[in-house]
Amino acid sequence: MELTGAEIVVRCLAEEGVEYVFGYPGGAVLNIYDEIFKQDKFKHVLVRHEQGAVHAADGYARATGRVGVALVTSGPGVTNAVTGIATAYMDSIPLVVITGQVPTAAIGLDAFQEVDTVGITRPCVKHNFLVKDVNELAVTIKKAFHIAATGRPGPVVVDIPKDVTHHTAEFAYPASVTMRSYNPVLKGHSGQIKKALQMILGAHRPLLYTGGGVVLGDAAEPLRELARLLNFPVTSTLMGLGGYPGTDRQFLGMPGMHGTYEANLSMQHCDVLLAIGARFDDRVIGDPAHFAREQRKIIHIDVDPSSISKRVKVDVPIVGDVKAVLEEMLRQIKAGRERPDQEALTAWWTQIELWRAKDCLRYNRQSPIIKPQYVVEKLWEVTGGEAYVTSDVGQHQMWAAQYYRFNEPRRWINSGGLGTMGVGLPYAMGVQLAHPDAQVACITGEGSIQMNIQELSTCKEFNLPLKIILLNNRYLGMVRQWQEFFYKERYAESYMGSLPDFVKLAEAYGHVGMTIERPEDVERSLREAFAMKDRLVFMNFITDQEENVFPMVPGGKGITEMILAEEL
Amino acid sequence: MRHIISVLMENEAGALSRVAGLFSARGYNIESLTVAPTEDATLSRMTIVTTGSEEVIEQIVKQLNKLIDVVKVLDLSDGHHIERELMLVKVRAGGKDREEMKRMADIFRGRIIDVTDKTYTIELTGTGSKLDAFLEAIDAAVILETVRTGASGIGRGERVLKI
Ligand SMILES: Cc1ncc(C[n+]2csc(CCOP(=O)(O)OP(=O)(O)O)c2C)c(N)n1
Repeated sequence: MELTGAEIVVRCLAEEGVEYVFGYPGGAVLNIYDEIFKQDKFKHVLVRHEQGAVHAADGYARATGRVGVALVTSGPGVTNAVTGIATAYMDSIPLVVITGQVPTAAIGLDAFQEVDTVGITRPCVKHNFLVKDVNELAVTIKKAFHIAATGRPGPVVVDIPKDVTHHTAEFAYPASVTMRSYNPVLKGHSGQIKKALQMILGAHRPLLYTGGGVVLGDAAEPLRELARLLNFPVTSTLMGLGGYPGTDRQFLGMPGMHGTYEANLSMQHCDVLLAIGARFDDRVIGDPAHFAREQRKIIHIDVDPSSISKRVKVDVPIVGDVKAVLEEMLRQIKAGRERPDQEALTAWWTQIELWRAKDCLRYNRQSPIIKPQYVVEKLWEVTGGEAYVTSDVGQHQMWAAQYYRFNEPRRWINSGGLGTMGVGLPYAMGVQLAHPDAQVACITGEGSIQMNIQELSTCKEFNLPLKIILLNNRYLGMVRQWQEFFYKERYAESYMGSLPDFVKLAEAYGHVGMTIERPEDVERSLREAFAMKDRLVFMNFITDQEENVFPMVPGGKGITEMILAEEL
Repeated sequence: MRHIISVLMENEAGALSRVAGLFSARGYNIESLTVAPTEDATLSRMTIVTTGSEEVIEQIVKQLNKLIDVVKVLDLSDGHHIERELMLVKVRAGGKDREEMKRMADIFRGRIIDVTDKTYTIELTGTGSKLDAFLEAIDAAVILETVRTGASGIGRGERVLKI
């Protein structure tokens, strides 16, 4: 049967089993919206800004591992979506973003609402397509889902000119697609795995350095098994949190700029570093020359060969799916009898415990003003450590990462690579839609939340009972912290006067608002808020204005050159 | 180090911009880049001449491979290979220069492909350095115009880049 392009789009999404499409209509996508109106296979979530649509689809993808889908119109719809696409790209999140385009005959003529979508998005997508022929539409959408979800995941844009949405073609959705130019390597090279195992079993001071790849690659299970079998310490990057239980004794916390003392010293002084789906980001290893001062063997498992030996030279690269490689390693270790030198390992653990005894995340729990760290700790208690927590970008993000000890993957949802303020609320929407019964908290700052505050309206429309945990320090706190440390306390434009009354604001959008000003009210209010299971509660915590995130490795320094709280 | 890299890619609209965009976004050098469809019209073959440390070249090859439209990448400099570039040079060739120009073209195995009573247009192929040598050998003042294709390369012997 012949279908129109618009019908084909909708049928393809249904065939892919899409649950939610996050979007915003406009001229170029009206035909598609008309078909959405007529169907009931998936729900459309009307956001209030296209950036919110892409972030929400991204949050949905992070929380489920499925491909998130967004739909926006041409021109400004696309440019508004770009921040969302770039955010997903930097964190390797699988998305399909369908964008309307002006009719093919008008392309290149500066038509109304025309932008070069493929050109604008090219540097921040895994791939993009402009579909000029309706006969190519179904197979292109199939390819888009395939590319987004396989190998190192990422966003894929499908740009569809308006005329293509009313042209007709025979519809058949391909069950699968193969592309001669795209065949991600999944199985690790057995020779490399053998070499790696020799190193691992011969290690005296091993460390498992795990990243977002563990979460994206669903490798938390084999990681746990490997770590426990060998009794190796584990550190997880900002993107990897939850890949290994945050409350486990073998867990050292996060490494890097705001990493723990024990994680950073272990990174520096280990003799065998097994990097699993982690990419030696500049925020993790600090100054590469300083990192290279200590001798260590590095094994790196990653599905993306270009992540290997990019910033740090690696001894044993293993290209492959992290889960498949870890399972193969486990199989071989269990089949053999060799185990790491226990005496050396015990000495290493003794050393690590000494570092850990520094208690680098200590803060003043007796403070008469609410400490942001305290709010996060209480949130952990009140939610039993089981909430899905999204965050924005800034100090609150770091405190969330440090003090909410994630025990499961896909519970911690934040923008690590691009560091996009404004993701928190739309992320939480995507997460709550994916898991309607779960506790979902958005930890945010008063700067960040205002970047996509309009989505409170979407939350009302879809009855999303999020809990917004605003750590309100009346500053762009992370900026202020840098200004305090590195610019002699010249707080250039990091103070925001005239903040809105957040309680009234929440109420204006139809939600519940609370302001909490005393430490003794923190836990009770949190319990009260989470007891309101069907309401969004906006919790405005008035926190210590000049609290800083510690430890901190100043930009350009080595990872052991940390500033600790006590040193100030 | 100078490297000459061959890329087989899907002959799709925008494929070239993906490669060019990659090089500019990541700050890689491009000395020259040539591209044209192959005998199989669904594939284009590109030759890129670039310079960089071993680490940078390794990244370039990996990043090229990562482009979804790229089918195969080969660093020709890893083995024996041949490279050729085509140059067209328009020179002043009147009076006493005329004979001399013809002689120089012959020495460099160039061919005169267009003639007026005041000019010659000479076609030359060879390695980039041979073309440079020709330009140095003739009087700079007589050169009216030059156009070069950039290098194309192919492996020697049995070394084949094919899908
Ligand atoms: C879109 C965007 N603009 C600017 C920045 C730079 N930036 C990083 S953190 C920060 C301050 C965030 O302030 P707030 O949301 O109040 O959180 P806090 O640090 O106070 O916890 C800024 C401006 C950014 N990350 N993203």
